[in-house]
Amino acid sequence: MLIKAEDVSLGYDSKAIVEHLNFEVNEGDYLCIVGENGSGKSTLMKTVLGLVRPVSGTVTFDESFAKKQIGYLPQQTGAQRDFPASVEEIVLSGCLTNGTFHPFYSLEDKALAAENMRRMGLEALRKRSYRTLSGGQQQRVLLARALCSTDRIILMDEPVSGLDPAAAGEMYDAVEELNRGGTAVMMITHDIEGALRYADHILVIGDEVFFGTKEEYMVRAGIVPQEEE
Amino acid sequence: MMEKLIFYLQYPFVRYALIVGVLIALCSALLGIPLVLRRFSLIGDGLAHVAFAAMAVAAVLKLDNDMPVILVITIVSAVLILGTGRSARIKGDSAIAMISVGSMAVGYLLVNVFSTSANISGDVCSTLFGSTSILTLSESDVRICCMLSAAVVFAYIMLHNRIFAVTFDESFAAATGLNTRIYNLVIAVICAVVIVLAMNLVGSLLITALVVFPALSAMRLFSDYRSVTLFAAFLSVICARGGMLVSILAGTPIGSTIVIADMAAFLVCALIGRMKGET
Repeated sequence: MLIKAEDVSLGYDSKAIVEHLNFEVNEGDYLCIVGENGSGKSTLMKTVLGLVRPVSGTVTFDESFAKKQIGYLPQQTGAQRDFPASVEEIVLSGCLTNGTFHPFYSLEDKALAAENMRRMGLEALRKRSYRTLSGGQQQRVLLARALCSTDRIILMDEPVSGLDPAAAGEMYDAVEELNRGGTAVMMITHDIEGALRYADHILVIGDEVFFGTKEEYMVRAGIVPQEEE
Repeated sequence: MMEKLIFYLQYPFVRYALIVGVLIALCSALLGIPLVLRRFSLIGDGLAHVAFAAMAVAAVLKLDNDMPVILVITIVSAVLILGTGRSARIKGDSAIAMISVGSMAVGYLLVNVFSTSANISGDVCSTLFGSTSILTLSESDVRICCMLSAAVVFAYIMLHNRIFAVTFDESFAAATGLNTRIYNLVIAVICAVVIVLAMNLVGSLLITALVVFPALSAMRLFSDYRSVTLFAAFLSVICARGGMLVSILAGTPIGSTIVIADMAAFLVCALIGRMKGET
């Protein structure tokens, strides 16, 4: 078990939006979180990350890793889209989490960043400016940055929203490949189809709360699993 | 013309002014990059107005050395504006607007009612537009300016990567264990120090120009963070030095001359940037 949420209620200023959430993420899981806008998906993710405190209940992490070892892919902000920074500078900034204070990046940091740029197919774009990249490339840069923090678990907040179908497909492929390599994935998404195709667990939040495997979800939602043609 | 320059350079106060001007230009350009990128450009303006009020308070108290008082008041306000961030009830631009007009009113009232000076409007004018004050710096002022600028540059270099991370993506930085509050606080304190320093050079109404123009100019030409930082610092120093020399030789007001130099540099950079973009 990597993360376990027990009877968690979420919200801001002690007003709960969602109550009594129970779920867990295990090594190698692929969990998609779905729900209406404003149902508390992003708040859930921020709670798991420790940025927001749960109104009640507990989120516990496996003892074997410090909280810093979470990879995170936030939603992009408008200011980022025209930020003057090279791909390499952004990926390197994921290495700052190694605990102790060093003013500059070490050789290991640089090697780690180079390795993750390679995994995400960004080697050729290393010196390119972030603001000249396509939406899909920008997401891969942020994913490479997240991988510099850890490759045990990655939390993603709507990584495919705003991408064209081809770029979204590439993003899903990249995530799937990471997941096959053993990285647990926790992804907020609006794309139910994508969730059902790639995830193995589904968490629905909103008026109704559901947590279970993809198969359980499909039975419950009355979806007949379609055979691939 | 050369002779005139050499003649002026014989005076220590002119040499002091040149040294301090360059240091201030360097610090404000460095600070400007995170501020511009976080859409906080007007913070400098707001804080400069606070510093004006602080100066008025120091004048009323008839302090010989007003720098510490101004620094403390400005740092506290900077921390209140930048440091409280998202938790504050009144946010962003409205907070800045309130603080800046409020302190302008208080400052002018204090100066007007309590000042013993014979030339109130002249005093106010030079505080706002910095017309002569850079040339009246004492040796101890110069020393304080040098020390503060060195501290700002040192802090900026040491924290450069972290300031980048917090500026680019605060939630990622916080989620992965960086103490973003501390870095926001550091930026706030640096901001206050730079404002107080820059007030000597260009006066409180023109400070924003020193902070935002170099960063914006550099962003027209360069698209990675390191080059933007280096070029902004370089350009700011050149403009300040050039502006000061012109002002000494032509007898124009120092603050406005420097700001006009910064503006001209921005136009050139924007033009080159556009040409580069088209080819």
